[in-house]
Amino acid sequence: MHIPDGYIGPYTYIAMWIIMIPIWLYAGQRLSKELRTRQVPLLALAAAFSFVIMMFNVPIPGGSCGHAVGGAIIGIVLGPWAGVISISVALILQALIFGDGGVTTIAANCFNMAVVMPFTAYYIYKAISGNSEIGSSKRVAASAIAGYVSLTLAAGVTGFMLGIQPLLYHDANGVPLYMPYSLGVTVPAMVLEHAFGFSIIEAIVTALIFVYIQKTDPTLLMYGRSASKKSAKGAAA
Amino acid sequence: MEKSIKNMVIGLLILMVLVPLGLIATGETYGEWGNEEIQEKLGYVPTGLEDLSSFWQNAPLPDYAFGGDESTQGAVIAYILSAVIGVVLGGGILYFFGKRIAKN
Repeated sequence: MHIPDGYIGPYTYIAMWIIMIPIWLYAGQRLSKELRTRQVPLLALAAAFSFVIMMFNVPIPGGSCGHAVGGAIIGIVLGPWAGVISISVALILQALIFGDGGVTTIAANCFNMAVVMPFTAYYIYKAISGNSEIGSSKRVAASAIAGYVSLTLAAGVTGFMLGIQPLLYHDANGVPLYMPYSLGVTVPAMVLEHAFGFSIIEAIVTALIFVYIQKTDPTLLMYGRSASKKSAKGAAA
Repeated sequence: MEKSIKNMVIGLLILMVLVPLGLIATGETYGEWGNEEIQEKLGYVPTGLEDLSSFWQNAPLPDYAFGGDESTQGAVIAYILSAVIGVVLGGGILYFFGKRIAKN
């Protein structure tokens, strides 16, 4: 899902930088308000984990390969804004040091994997969990579904960015200048290979880590709960 | 260090040792083809794509590998080293800045 340099043209990648810069700035602001000392090691672990999990390339039938991102569990545990920052750091390192994903496309790739993923995962998890107990199996299922849907959706958005290129850029004879395949090809290709492959792995990874945290230290799963309680207390005082 | 964090660090270390498993998958990744692969698929390489594809030539470990070393052993060592670099830099950057901005 790491779009390399050359696959999307200037309008698209510049637009993505213009979208991402305020998102990064705001995410940094949110973190400096919300982050507690206790969560710092988790935030560092999140970036490290996301980096490493993306190195586990998995083959799928048809000769293609890809990987999970780890973006869902990060969004669920630390909240979507911490997800933006930690996954972006992993993606930027991958681009600059390892040439994995382009540099012009850093913003586009961060949008797909570091924004779309943690946000959709967080809100799906929250919607399905409702008011269930923090230790409930409903929450485990919610985390798995969040992992599955969020990676599939991120793949779809990536496919969309790739697929609009032939519409945006072609020469006088209609020959594409960047990504040559159109939406009708790129979106199904990206969505299907994730839906039947990598998203299943993302779901399993998300649920496994979720269960582990649930069993060992459920207080780590309080994003969005303790904060609201605190502000309610603050308002009362 | 809290026990749950310590165990997660151990889990991460295990993943880092196992990371060469990710090298077994040799297939292409959709939309991440090299110029030769595109040439094979289409019979040409779109000109804009070709120009932009060489935008970033400064990656010290392109494709998580030592350039020129084709051996399996070299690939495995480079891949693990890449994981270490990613973990130390990624984790380090966030730990450093996280500590500075975090509130109790």
